[in-house]
Amino acid sequence: MILLWLIIVLFAGGVVAWLAEGWNKDWPRWVSLFFLGISLIIVATLFGNPLPGDGFVTGNLTNESAWLVSFYWSWIPRFGINVQLGLDGLSLLMVGLTVFLGVVAVVSSWSEIDHRPGFFQFNLMWTLAGVVGVFVSLDLFLFFFFWEVMLIPMYLLIAVWGHEDRNYASMKFFLFTQISGMLMLVAILSLVFIHHDTTGVYTFNYFDLLGTQLSESVGFWLMLGFFIAFVVKLPGFPFHPWLADAHTQAPTAASVLLAGILLKTGAYGLIRFTVPLFPSAFVEIAPYAMALGTAGVIYGALLAFAQTDFKRLIAYSSVSHMGFVLIGIYAWNQYTLQGSVMQMIAHGFSTAALFMLAGAIQHRLHTREMTKMGGLWKEMPRMGAIALFFIIASLGMPGLGNFVGEFLVLMGTFQVNIPITVVAALGLITAAVYSLIAMQRTFQGQPTAEAAYPDGLQDYGARDISVMIMMMIGLLFLGLYPQPIFDIANPVLANLHTYTPHGSPAWLGSLL
Amino acid sequence: MLDLVWLVPIFPLAGFLILFTTIGKLPQPIAAAVGAGSVGLAAVVAFSAGYVFLADGMSPLTVTLYTWMNVGDFSPGLSFYVDGLTLIMMFVITGVGFLIHVYSTTNRAVFIDDEHHSRFFAYMNLFVCAMLLLVMGDNLLLLYMGWEGVGLCSYLLIGFWHDDPANGAAARKAFVVTRIGDTAMALGLFLLFLNFRTLEIQPLMAKASGTWVLGSPTLAAFLILGGAVGKSAQLPLQTWLPDAMAGPTPVSALIHAATMVTAGVYLIARTHELFLLAPVAQTAVALVGVITLLMAACTALVQTDIKRILAFSTISQIGYMFLALGVSAWSSGIFHLMTHAFFKALLFLGAGAVIFSLHHEHNILKMGGLRKRLPVAFWSFLIGSAALAAFPFTSGFYSKEPILMQAFEVSPWLWAGGLLGAFITAIYSFRLVFIVFFGEMRTEPIEPTGLSGTPWAMAIPLLILCVLAITGGWWGEPQVAAVFPEVSGEHHAGATAYITSGVPLVGIVLAYLIFLDGRLKVTALTESSLGKVLHDFWFSHWAMDWLYNALFVSPFKWVTAFNKKDILVDSIYDGTAATAAYVHTLLSQTQTGVLRFYAASMALGLVVLVAVVLGLT
Repeated sequence: MILLWLIIVLFAGGVVAWLAEGWNKDWPRWVSLFFLGISLIIVATLFGNPLPGDGFVTGNLTNESAWLVSFYWSWIPRFGINVQLGLDGLSLLMVGLTVFLGVVAVVSSWSEIDHRPGFFQFNLMWTLAGVVGVFVSLDLFLFFFFWEVMLIPMYLLIAVWGHEDRNYASMKFFLFTQISGMLMLVAILSLVFIHHDTTGVYTFNYFDLLGTQLSESVGFWLMLGFFIAFVVKLPGFPFHPWLADAHTQAPTAASVLLAGILLKTGAYGLIRFTVPLFPSAFVEIAPYAMALGTAGVIYGALLAFAQTDFKRLIAYSSVSHMGFVLIGIYAWNQYTLQGSVMQMIAHGFSTAALFMLAGAIQHRLHTREMTKMGGLWKEMPRMGAIALFFIIASLGMPGLGNFVGEFLVLMGTFQVNIPITVVAALGLITAAVYSLIAMQRTFQGQPTAEAAYPDGLQDYGARDISVMIMMMIGLLFLGLYPQPIFDIANPVLANLHTYTPHGSPAWLGSLL
Repeated sequence: MLDLVWLVPIFPLAGFLILFTTIGKLPQPIAAAVGAGSVGLAAVVAFSAGYVFLADGMSPLTVTLYTWMNVGDFSPGLSFYVDGLTLIMMFVITGVGFLIHVYSTTNRAVFIDDEHHSRFFAYMNLFVCAMLLLVMGDNLLLLYMGWEGVGLCSYLLIGFWHDDPANGAAARKAFVVTRIGDTAMALGLFLLFLNFRTLEIQPLMAKASGTWVLGSPTLAAFLILGGAVGKSAQLPLQTWLPDAMAGPTPVSALIHAATMVTAGVYLIARTHELFLLAPVAQTAVALVGVITLLMAACTALVQTDIKRILAFSTISQIGYMFLALGVSAWSSGIFHLMTHAFFKALLFLGAGAVIFSLHHEHNILKMGGLRKRLPVAFWSFLIGSAALAAFPFTSGFYSKEPILMQAFEVSPWLWAGGLLGAFITAIYSFRLVFIVFFGEMRTEPIEPTGLSGTPWAMAIPLLILCVLAITGGWWGEPQVAAVFPEVSGEHHAGATAYITSGVPLVGIVLAYLIFLDGRLKVTALTESSLGKVLHDFWFSHWAMDWLYNALFVSPFKWVTAFNKKDILVDSIYDGTAATAAYVHTLLSQTQTGVLRFYAASMALGLVVLVAVVLGLT
């Protein structure tokens, strides 16, 4: 029931925030913050619950009672559609990240959004609700429902509050996700019908559908439907073009949500659904998926280096970073899976922070062009120091979370596929190249000839700094003491790992 | 006492945190006290630990703070491993580091206001912490953290004056070039883990002689060597170090002479069991050393920027250390690392004093006759250069000679290369001394001059380093023998030894005749067309920057600029959209609103349909 409440609180918060706009323009963001506060408390209780065993429940993936929290309510029994929610360690980490970055997003929109702030907060909260729903749904129909719920409000956030090219960007975002979502819907329905043909039961239940007998080719095509939907979201090469435009044009809060959380739904979907539902197709797709991930790492980095638009640079760096996640998922051993989860969380923090910085700069200079910046450190030293921290995090400095993720992914991938690892490791070099040039062009050096800074540029104040410090502490924590995260994710990943038949050395040999 | 060894990196870390969080708020004297004091405390603990270590019979010790991460069988700890080698490195880092920090408190060239003051010491402290992690880590992952950490601090301090884009470019170059090596090293770590399921150095080295599931010791050693040549500025990744001189002089002394650039030497020494299993890789280490030391020495011979001369000299001297490692003269390599830290830090700090006194003049051809006016700098330089040139009975003499003697045992060619390098070293180091401190004065130094004008915090570190540069070798090789296998064979005392000792003296005399006495004219040589070409070639450090720009930097920039708008992929999607729009306009033209047209189309369509159906049946 607590999971349902978590989603309801976010939906309700959005509605109340919209209504509050009618009373006072300042209220909606406070309303959002209040409801997010409640959600945070709920998530905190989930983290803090006294649990059986040492920490989190270990058990078989298919054993429903082994889940940390679950909820069941019969929705459309005729087609076997239920409101079935469940939370395990992986979902918990993702939900925690979602709610936390939700707060960050609200704070980052604090002084930026003047136009219809209530409706803005409504969309923001509904996106969050959709994302949380995605992370806890164990019914494929419900999952698809939430998948769509998070899409529409995000589309509106970009289309209404975006920058100069918002129509193009939001339409591109919508088409990419919608078309790929349709592929997934077809795959879901086919799976359900095939399951019905063999068992005579209609069901969208995740646990029932696991282990559905599929012929090799059918399994592969259905898997591809899921795979494309999730890889578009991730975004993996070559499905990334929507990302750069959407990120660049989106208002800061939407960029934070997009990069911080929405991309992770793709990775989550791959781990939760694509691989376990179609284990035999996994072996076929794995080398290609890793190759796509590697291509993303390098290609994204090359694109990032060339950009002069600060937000676009960060957007392409996301393509590069999420490439490691894709590699990690399809290398599918304990190191890479833990590394991928860690990378998802760390990337959520570091990229959200960088987008906030980009947004703050744009708010002050009315430009994202780095050719019109330079020497900003002198003007805003606090912002400069914070930017340096996150730039360093993003280029994978040991001691910060991103390094742990990338190192584990690469080390684990080396065990299964050395050429992939060698090429992907080049991403460590290119990350340094584009990150440091971004720092140089914005905060270091001298203002360029085109730079025209308004008098008395405002450095970060207490509100922004406190959010930033939270994320800095988070990254340090992930980098220096990542074990709690591993412990939470481990039972889930270990179960997934035994569930699919690919942890065996034979598989290792086949790709070596 | 030894259990408390983890405090050593903690002190500078605390110093960093205090200074960085209070940037611009702490007054200069307090910031300086925190910055230098934290390293001083670290030094006290390090030396006490060393005393206990020696008293306790030198048994190695592991101190674990906590398990960093635990994923499957991968469980590196935040653990420190202390043996003779670690302690030598700790002494150099905290000892020389402390002297340089003290010197920096008075370096008026560095600071203009409180903010810069705090930021400078914050980065310096962070560097000392990272460098200590590097040498103290008991596993390769912790070592890698320190390894990347020192690279970061190097970047931050080279670009300390980030207002000037040239400094930023130098800083980025240093970071990126070393990261190329780091990536090779990371792959080496993966390979080692794949084979032995651990990254703890001691168990790993013990297992390395066993069977390898995949790859070989040679491959792993070469990958580690990749990391080492990056950090230690050896062929082919040495191009970043000369540019790194953009940083403040104390930074050059600490990071780019005494400590960080020797990390590669430490790494190879630390993993020497692996290199012993891979003779090919070990030979490569020796060759890299000899080639680099000759290239850099020739380059140093023709440079005119005082700091660049010292930078190339550093590259060259680290080449000797690599040569030592390559010929299994492990202890001698570490010995030279230590003495080099003394005399090169001394030279850099002396150079800092000269540069400051001459209004930031770096060109030695505009200096001259400073012997009387800057006596402290003069004596520092004279002693430092003597040790650098391996003048008998200075520290550099004691450490360089055994390297060359052992090289002779392995191959006379390596010995000859090293000896030629020693000859050139003597020439360029005394060229520097004679041009800068003798002859006529070309630039007037600013007041105050003379001994009384040097603040004690500047004079005392220089004095101590002078003493160390002379006497640092008198007690023989440091007590690290227990770490390394014994060097086999007795050194021949005969002619080889005399030649090895005597050649540097010839070089010094030659430098005297050319640059001070003037009796020997080399203009005929330098004015010849071949001489000019060679001069330019050497001056550009064998055109390596040009080569790398042409091979890597320019193509990278071209490719990225070409694909800036993602035309390789996005054009497919945009093309799809454009096609759809085009088809749309085509079809929408059929919506004419003219009824006759619709009727005609329907009729025509019907005819076609019927024809098709009939045709099929």
